[in-house]
Formats: sequence, C-alpha cells, structure tokens
Amino acid sequence: MPLVKEQRSSPDSAAIIDFPPEASSLAIRGLSLAYGDKSALNNLTLRVPRHRVTAFIGPSGCGKSTLLRVLNRLHDLNDEVVREGEVMLEGEDIHAPEVSVAELRRRVGMVFQSPNPFPMSIHDNVAFGLRLQGGLSKRKRDDIIEWALRSAALWDEVKDRLRASAWSLSGGQQQRLVIARTLAVGPEVLLLDEPASALDPISTLKIEELIRNLKSHLTLVLVTHNMQQAARVSDYTAFLQQGELVEYAPTDTLFTNPRLARTENYITGRMA
Amino acid sequence: MKAEPSRRLRLPRGEGAGAWLAAGSVALSLLALLALLALLTVRGLGHFWPSPVELVELEGGRQLAGERVREVPHAGGDGLERLYRIGNQDLEGGRWAWVRLSAIEAVSHPADLVVVERRRWGQAIGRLSAFQGASGERIEGEAAWPALEARLAELGTLRDARDRLREEVILPLAGRNDETAARELKAAHARLRELQSAMAGGRLILATADGEGLAVPLEQLLGARRPNAMSPLDKLVAWGEGVWRFLSEGPRAANTAGGVWPAIFGTVLMVMLMSILVTPFGVLAAIYLNEVAHQGRLTRLVRIAVRNLAGVPSIVYGVFGLGVFVYGIGGRLDSWFFEASLPSPTFGTGGLLWASLTLALLTLPVVIVATEEGLARIPDQQREGALALGATRLEMLSRVVLPMAAPAMLTGVILAVARAAGEVAPLMLVGVAKLAPQVPVDGDFPFLHLERKFMHLGYHIFDAAFHGGDVQAAMPLVYATALLLVLVILVLNLTAIFLRHHLSTRHGALTRR
Ligand SMILES: Nc1ncnc2c1ncn2[C@@H]1O[C@H](COP(=O)(O)OP(=O)(O)O)[C@@H](O)[C@H]1O
Ligand SMILES: [Mg+2]
Repeated sequence: MPLVKEQRSSPDSAAIIDFPPEASSLAIRGLSLAYGDKSALNNLTLRVPRHRVTAFIGPSGCGKSTLLRVLNRLHDLNDEVVREGEVMLEGEDIHAPEVSVAELRRRVGMVFQSPNPFPMSIHDNVAFGLRLQGGLSKRKRDDIIEWALRSAALWDEVKDRLRASAWSLSGGQQQRLVIARTLAVGPEVLLLDEPASALDPISTLKIEELIRNLKSHLTLVLVTHNMQQAARVSDYTAFLQQGELVEYAPTDTLFTNPRLARTENYITGRMA
Repeated sequence: MKAEPSRRLRLPRGEGAGAWLAAGSVALSLLALLALLALLTVRGLGHFWPSPVELVELEGGRQLAGERVREVPHAGGDGLERLYRIGNQDLEGGRWAWVRLSAIEAVSHPADLVVVERRRWGQAIGRLSAFQGASGERIEGEAAWPALEARLAELGTLRDARDRLREEVILPLAGRNDETAARELKAAHARLRELQSAMAGGRLILATADGEGLAVPLEQLLGARRPNAMSPLDKLVAWGEGVWRFLSEGPRAANTAGGVWPAIFGTVLMVMLMSILVTPFGVLAAIYLNEVAHQGRLTRLVRIAVRNLAGVPSIVYGVFGLGVFVYGIGGRLDSWFFEASLPSPTFGTGGLLWASLTLALLTLPVVIVATEEGLARIPDQQREGALALGATRLEMLSRVVLPMAAPAMLTGVILAVARAAGEVAPLMLVGVAKLAPQVPVDGDFPFLHLERKFMHLGYHIFDAAFHGGDVQAAMPLVYATALLLVLVILVLNLTAIFLRHHLSTRHGALTRR
C-alpha cells in the first residue's frame, strides 16, 4: 500500500542542491514515514555531504527528529512506524537485512536534545560503547576514552574526577560527555538533535565550536530550530516543512538569498 | 540531568480546619502505633524480669507463696480480688490462686523463697528444705542453697564441656571412617559417658507454703533463684538470661513456655526463600509488561489484573497452594521420586517449599507493580542513549535499565517481605507446624530440607494464645513473641532498605521513597 497517495507539491529540483555520490556520506531516496496513519515524512530525497555540517531547520513538528531517527534506525522498535524509500550509508542500504543494527548505530552516532548520561561514572559513560564491543585491553580503552574526552573538549574539566558520577556535571558538560561517549565508538556520521536547546548560551557556544572542529573527520547532521545556530555552524542547510523537503542549499545562500517564498517567510519569521 | 528538588503544594500550615484534621490523624495514628509497641514491649519483656515472691497469710491460717499478677474487682461486687501465680502445678490446687484482698492478713517477702523452673510442670515455689547431691549426701537448712548453687554452676560447666565434645570432636570424627578415627571416636564416646554420669543424679526438696514437700530431680531443673534476695543487678542478669533463653531455645509445655528459636528461624528462612523465589519472577514479569509487550489493550488488561491480584484475601492463596502445590505437584513428586516412603507423604504435605511458593505467589503482584513503576520512571532517553551506542535490547536492559530500576525492585521486595512475614492464614494450609523442633536446616545432606514443616512466629502466637492448655501462662509469651515478630520484620525491612539505599547512592537519585 503506498503511503503517499498524492503528491501535494512536486519538489522544486532547482531549490535542492545535489552532491556527487563520491562526496556524500548519506543518500536518502524517496523516504516517507508515517506513525500509524499519521504521515510524518513525505517523499524525501537528498544527499548529505561527507565531512561537512548539514543543518535541518523547520517549524516544530515538521519531522526533523523523525528523519534523524531513521538514519540510525531508532524507529525499529516502534511497530507503529511504516516506512518507504531507502537510506544509503556510503552506498549501502542501511535497512538491508544483512546489516547489523548495532554496527550501524556505532557508525552513525546520535546525540539527543537533553543530555542523557547514564547513572555511572564519567569514565564508565565513555567506556560504555567500548565495553559493548569488547576485545579491548584496559590500556587501549583508557587511551580511547582520553582521546574521546579531548575531542569533545571535556578532558581538562574532568580528568581529575573520571570516577565521579556523570550526573554531577553541569548540563553543558553532560552534553559534551554524551558527545564524547558517542565519539568513543568511532562513528563516521554524528547526528545531533537540537543538542544545545537545553543549554545556557556559553555551553551552547562550546558545543557549536565543538561541532565545527569535529567536521574535519566526521559527517555531522544537526537539527536545530535556532536559525542563528544553523547559520553559525553549518555548511549546508535543508528546510523542511510538514514532512517535506522545501529547500536545500549552501547555508549562506539559503539564509541570504532563498529561492522559494516559503523558505523566506520562515527565515524572516513570517509563518505561513 | 539533575534530579529536581520536589516542589509540592502543601496546605498552608496553621490555616483552616483541614490542616488540623490532617495533622490530628497523623498524630493519632502515631500514638496508636506507639501504644501498640509500648504494650508489646512492657508485657513481653516484663515477663522475663524476676518479680518478687510474696508470702501471703490468709484468714484461717492458710498460707500461699506466689508472684502477684493482677487485681480485678471481685465478681460478688465487694472489694478487689488478686491473682497469684503460685506454680506447683503438680500439687493439688496449684498454678494459679485468686485471693480476695479482704481475706489477706499479712504479706511478707521472705528472702529464702525459691523459684524453680522445671522441664515439666513449670514453676515450683517454696523454701529449700534440703539438697541432695549426686552421691546421695543430704544437706539441710542454711547450707542447702549454696550447695545447690555450686552444683548448678558445676552442671553448667559439665554441659558446656559435653556440647564442645559433641561438636568439636565427635561430629568431625563421625564423618571419617579410618582406623584412627574409629579409635578416637571410641575414646570420645567414653569421655561423653563419663560426663553424662557426672551430670546425673541429685535432687532438691522444696517445702511449699502450705507445708507440703516437693522433690525436684536436678535433671528436671532449668534454673533456680531467690527473687526476694536478688539485687537489681542480679535481676538484670537473670532478665538477660531469660530473654536469651527465649530467643535461643525451643518451646516447652505445649508452646506455653520456653523459647521460640525454631519459630524465628522458620520465619526468617521462609521469608528469605520467598524473596528468592518472588524476585526473579516479579522482575521478569515487570520487564515483560513494561519493556517487551506491545502496549495494547491486552497488556493494560493484564496490568489491571495483576494489580487486583494484590487484593485477593491471603487464605485464598493458601487454598490454591494446598490444592496445586501440596496435593497436585507434591503428590506427583512423591509418586515419582519418593515411592519408597509412601503412603507417608514427603512433598505431598505442607512444607517449607510450598509455604514459600504460596507466599511468593501472594506477593508477586507487589513486586511486579513496584518494579514496573520503577521501570516506567526511567526516561526513554536513557534507553535510546544505550541503543544509539550500539547496545542490543538485552544489553540496554541489563546495563542501563535494570541497574536504574534496582532500587524500585528492592522497594517491591521490601513490601513483599513486610507482607509475607506477617501472613499466617495461608501458612496454616501449606506447611506451618505447631511444633517442629527440628529446624529445616541441619548438618544432614542436603542441609536445607525443603519438605519439612516449620514453625512460624505468627502461627506460634496464635497457637500459644488459643490452643495452649494454660492461656494465663502463655499470655506474656504471646506478647513477647508478637514483639519479636515486629522486630524480625523490622530487621528484614531495614536490611532491604539499607541495600536499596546503597544501590540508589551508587546509581543516582532516580528513586522515589
Ligand atoms: N512516536 C511518535 N508517535 C506518533 N507520532 C509521532 C511520534 N514522534 C513524532 N510524531 C509526530 O510526527 C511529527 C514529526 O515529529 P518530529 O519529527 O518530532 O518533529 P520535529 O522534531 O521537527 O519537531 C509530529 O507531528 C509528531 O507529532
Ligand atoms: Mg524534534
């Protein structure tokens, strides 16, 4: 049964940037998703460039989180979800039966809106993913933990209290710890779902700086409803509305010179 | 994610009748609880305090000696009537005496009145007229009491030596079967016989208040004291000994005297077995309901059913346990594995295992509900965080969800223990015994005897209070046992609470108290 009964507006191909397959890390083709009979994503087709920051913006409820969760198959557990279309990671279909979900999730890491460190020590939080994989000596593991904490710009703040509870950290530190925890398992893609929306301005700036630094070796996908943030950190921005991809362009083009009136209305604050 | 300090709306204090009413009910409940504990403590523990013995001279020259128990208005309407515990049950008119106050001519507290505790027939009260040693020599008058005390002390040391010999020499030797062991065993048995014969013999002769003679062989003697001559310190020591014997010895005289050790042991063992049985089942069921099952109408229905099971009267569980566990499964087990001993049942009768299982069933809903609440309080972000790191569902459950839910599980177990330790009704159907001096754990393989009947403090209270021959005598023990039951439950709960606290400080503050 097709999910999309009618094509409400054909995507304007001129407003959607494309990348050559060899330069893109993720490729989404004809992706539609519904929660039961309530449609959330409608026939999305786009590529995400490798080692760049791509931002998804759009009004609340437009399907940004839903899209991110497709990318590391977090919807698998929800049997209400009906999906159509495909997602390729480096040319492989992530929904193919031979793909291991655990392996996929290690390759495509995810950081959520509110920091969710586990109720363990700082050290154990970062070690969590490594311990799941097993096979690492303690020395090697500790090295990776230090590297991950340094990459997340947290090492200097916690190096003297690695055994303290992760819950004793501030909100911003907790979010960077979660990023470190995700980095430790060595992902290629990092999905960030409004990672700074629960944080104070200074912590937000730290996270943004971190995102800019990480793109040297990671593909980052950032969901945000803060357009300044998207403008500050991303290379490309995609604008979604009601589950549809409206416009996708280099960030400065999209914010200074949007092609479509719907995009312009949104970024200038005139909601349709 | 820091735990927010809980902000609750409160009724403004000091304003309105509502606040006063609420505070008043709290105060009243607390008072009732304290009164209950005070009653149990005073009546229960007071029993072990050596009370003075009165020598009462009545009109017409009759005399009696006994401990004052209480006074009530005389049935005829004039004056008061006093109850004395006079012991000497084996003599005519013994044990209790009601005396009208108006009939009392004089009351005195002679220091030489002796109270003797016997294995049979309970207390004896009188003056020590003679002590007869093991070799038959007879000591009369003043010298009798010191001689008796010396002999009792000697018997104590002999008894200790005998027990040590049994435990440290004979039992280990009995396990081996080589030449030297056999020889040593023989020597040890000879020594044992020597000790036994050194302990045998001797008796004392009491002269009761109304002049009769009463002989008590020393084998029958549990203790002798002269309460009127005791200093407060002596009494304290005697009290401590009494309490200790209550805690460490088995019951005597159809549960109306002696100690409750087998009942303590049975209660604690049964509750621990019950916890071991109920925890995995309850936790697994809660995990299934909360983490695995599709959250549809059927799951909701099951959840409601589980909650309602907690309200089913406990005797119904007893009937179920009797029908299914004892007769059904137990009978089947007997016909398969214990055919040799049929028709006398092994598992086909009430016993420790069936009682624990029945109570586990009874408390299952409590554990399920508490665990489920704990699981429901864990934010989904924690689960997704684990999954997003490549954890399988099982790994997510075992490494993140269950440790976080552990305090809630323990809360469930605490509630289960509190409920199970106080249940008596179902136990009467599935395995509690009036008297089971053999505790279900011993040195014989397989050490834990699940098929044995066991004693239980709650049932012991019921039995002593209503089924003993002498309710009057049993009452103090009933209070003491009730106090002990409360204490045992308290200790069991404190252990679990301590465990939970330990876990929740380790795993952060996701617990509700
Ligand atoms: N688990 C869910 N079950 C049903 N509907 C959902 C669920 N999650 C999201 N939705 C719906 O899907 C739409 C898109 O949601 P979401 O992706 O969270 O939007 P955004 O992140 O852009 O605010 C919303 O209308 C939301 O109500
Ligand atoms: Mg969202």
